[in-house]
Amino acid sequence: MSESGVKRVRTTSWSAGPGCHGGCGVVATVKDGRLVKLEGDPEHPWNQGRLCSRALAMTQYVHHPDRLRTPLKRAGERGEGKWEAISWEEAYDLIEARMKAIRDEHGPESFLFTIGTGRDIYPWISLLAYTYGSPNIVFGLSGNSCYATRISACKMVQGDYMVFDAAQWFPDRYDDPRWVQPECIVIWGYNIPASCPDNLFGHWIVDLMKRGTKIVTIDPRLSWFASRSEHWLQLRPGTDAAIAMGFLHVIVNEGLYDCAFVEKWTNAAHLLRTDTGRLLRESDLRAGGATANFVAWDAVRSAPAVWDAASQAYPAGAQPLLEGTCEVALADGGRVACETVWTAFRREVDRYPLDRVAEITMVPAEQVREAARFYAKAKPAAIHWGVPIDMTPNMTPTAHALAALWCITGNLDVPGGNVLARFAFNAVAYALPGTKSVFAPSAEAEAKRIATDRYGIFKKFSLRAQTDVTLEQIFTGEPYPIKGMWMAASNLIGGLGQDPKRWVEALKKLDFVVAVDLFHTPSTQLADVVLPAASFLEKDGVRSWWVPLQTINKAMTVEGCKPDIEIGFELARRFDPGFQWESIHDLLDDILKPSGMTFGELQEKGWAFPPEGHPSAPYRRHEKGLLRPDGTPGFCTPSGRVELYSTLREEWGLEPFPIFEEPPLSPLSRPDLAAQYPLILSTGRRSPVLYHTEHRQIPWLRALDPDPIVEIHPATASEHGIGAGEWVWVENSFGKALFKAKVTLEVPTWMVMAAHGWWFPEEPGAEPSLHGAFRSNANNLLPMGYQGKDGQGAPIKHGLCRVYKATPEDVIHA
Amino acid sequence: MREKKPRNGLLIDYEFCTGCKACVVACAQEYGWPAGQGGMRVTEILQELPKGRGYLSFLPFPTESCVLCAGRTRKGLKTACEQHCLAAVIRHGPVQELAREMERKPRMVLWAPR
Ligand code: SF4
Ligand code: SF4
Ligand code: SF4
Repeated sequence: MSESGVKRVRTTSWSAGPGCHGGCGVVATVKDGRLVKLEGDPEHPWNQGRLCSRALAMTQYVHHPDRLRTPLKRAGERGEGKWEAISWEEAYDLIEARMKAIRDEHGPESFLFTIGTGRDIYPWISLLAYTYGSPNIVFGLSGNSCYATRISACKMVQGDYMVFDAAQWFPDRYDDPRWVQPECIVIWGYNIPASCPDNLFGHWIVDLMKRGTKIVTIDPRLSWFASRSEHWLQLRPGTDAAIAMGFLHVIVNEGLYDCAFVEKWTNAAHLLRTDTGRLLRESDLRAGGATANFVAWDAVRSAPAVWDAASQAYPAGAQPLLEGTCEVALADGGRVACETVWTAFRREVDRYPLDRVAEITMVPAEQVREAARFYAKAKPAAIHWGVPIDMTPNMTPTAHALAALWCITGNLDVPGGNVLARFAFNAVAYALPGTKSVFAPSAEAEAKRIATDRYGIFKKFSLRAQTDVTLEQIFTGEPYPIKGMWMAASNLIGGLGQDPKRWVEALKKLDFVVAVDLFHTPSTQLADVVLPAASFLEKDGVRSWWVPLQTINKAMTVEGCKPDIEIGFELARRFDPGFQWESIHDLLDDILKPSGMTFGELQEKGWAFPPEGHPSAPYRRHEKGLLRPDGTPGFCTPSGRVELYSTLREEWGLEPFPIFEEPPLSPLSRPDLAAQYPLILSTGRRSPVLYHTEHRQIPWLRALDPDPIVEIHPATASEHGIGAGEWVWVENSFGKALFKAKVTLEVPTWMVMAAHGWWFPEEPGAEPSLHGAFRSNANNLLPMGYQGKDGQGAPIKHGLCRVYKATPEDVIHA
Repeated sequence: MREKKPRNGLLIDYEFCTGCKACVVACAQEYGWPAGQGGMRVTEILQELPKGRGYLSFLPFPTESCVLCAGRTRKGLKTACEQHCLAAVIRHGPVQELAREMERKPRMVLWAPR
């Protein structure tokens, strides 16, 4: 501020830029309009001055010569790489005309809006899609296999999502007396050094380790955490649910659970009919009884006791039986034998004795037992998982099993445990499943959202279309045609979409495609219009995602580029005659309204934490009646309790208890394929310097991770005559891709780990190359269409493959 | 007689270095190093332990180009790598002080670049 022409701007990092889910406080030094430095803000409670390599490389990102700086209109055939620069006004007019024509002729639902990972883009694409009239926001991964599915699954079980507790709720963090240090954290399939997933600062776990928190790691790879764990379970990918069931087996049978919590706060005492296998409801007992009311067995009166879901209570004096069977008289005069949910849950859990778990997971029984005991005895303890749980067709039942673990051990919403996470002050910009923002689709549009008729969990919680069904619909046109796509920072071809060639065909079937991005990617090359977007340094915005609530403050502009919020705002005004906001700041004020602050007021503060007693501040909110809209103690589930037996899964005709199911493309389920492709193929391990498909053009970062890597165990490499650093093909029945071998003990002999998101910005953008999009693309080996029974999850981390050395001709490019 | 200035160094707690490479890019940004050069390198070390166990470590190594952020530390700032290190495992200070620190905790290394 002192030097002339130099300003220092405090802001919040949230994409585009580092690519992450954001949250770091940063200070940007801008000189004569150019970013000269970006540093961590030492005063910010989130990162305390620390900052990752990707954010520290922002000067090379913001001023990169390849950044798109003007709207482009396709000049040749789609994919020919010929572009004509046009003005923003021309671009808006063209987009408005083409999109309105499609809306008039085919209906707004025929236009798709695709997004990537959790950026400050989702609110603005929602604004755009809903004012245009389409409910179809699409996230490219098969089975929508990421964070949103996990949130839906957790809401299904416990009414809210949850995260591990690193005192992130308090400005003074670890010094706050309300916080308790977790004794143990179970790191279930993720690798913190490389990312800040899910709106958590990854290295908080390292802070906790330094303070003495012990780690249990569940991971097929020898990760940094695995090396530093009390217990490391090196499981076969895709068998996480079996480990979780094994944990439950130990904890339930050794009496290591919190019986008071199970009795009081779960639906363990509710009765199941043994004839139908379904929950007994008040409507079964008497005519006119409510179907929403469940029934327990009152051990005092030896009679059924109705659980009144509205008042969240049994009749006064009732003592519900936790375990056992009973016979109940029905309204129709018949009698039915019933058992408690807990009795049935125990039977389900008993289907997973540890020798069976060991057989499924390849982890010795003793190791599972020891780890389960360690977790259960640690108080408090937290579990946090990465995308391997989401990236399996059995994802919802796996999440159910994991949620059961922290619930029955009494670790839910307690200090140092798995703490329920809500948007600070309930101010929502980015509406994750089960929440509402100021943008909502009309009821008429919502009725047409793709696959909600097929998948209950999508209809109930999610705001997105199911991806695999959407891709099919582009080809079949059933039940209605798909004609256009808006892609916002969503590199479907380069990394997000499995079976990328199928996605290319799909894009080519569409009449009109708009891409918004900061750089050309394989995906923008297939658009009709490309709009140059802005980084987080070039916009005002709010970051509302758990805690704290923060503003993003514009530090600079890059000539020709516009932030997503501005693009969404301008087009939304054109699409919706009733558009209600005068300016972007009006809109931000509206989003912030529940906090009682305007954008300007929050900007003054920089960040704000919800006060104790607010529903978005911990702890033990279920006891205080802070979670349910009706103010009664309990959780936001249909029964108001944590549902060990899921009433929603029952309603949707799916297994209501957690289960393990063998993945569809494994050595056990497909021995025919395994004969040809004997290695397990896993993908998606994070790089600390590259975020998914991004940053390949940033010199500082690319120099640190220059090539697509496949990790191979030394024994496996030598068996195939593969030396360190040699180029190899990884191949299976779906396709193949070229990788550089990293010969390492990080992976077991029976698995390889292929890096994802690889394309080459330095190569030609025109087809057939599309910036080398298909050469080292791990998605060549992964299918679409293998999603879970409820539409959630897909086999992304556990395929089959073989590896062999590439010929010199093959590697000429690489 | 002027007292000899104490030599400064970097104390690294390699037990908790996660290999995130923030230190590398922090240094590159601070001094405008071209890609591939700079004051810090991070090495991956995979130890093979008995009974087939492995142990993955990372070790940041200050190179010939490290100037110990003399300009920053004079102003009372942390070195660029120390401030940004995600695991907070880098400490800059007089070597003697840092050496005393080493007695308190194992798995540390002390660098005294030129
Ligand atoms: S990845 Fe983590 S450290 Fe980097 S900017 Fe995002 S939140 Fe901050
Ligand atoms: S002390 Fe300064 S010069 Fe040395 S490596 Fe760290 S940032 Fe670079
Ligand atoms: S920034 Fe810190 S944790 Fe990251 S590699 Fe460097 S020394 Fe290690």
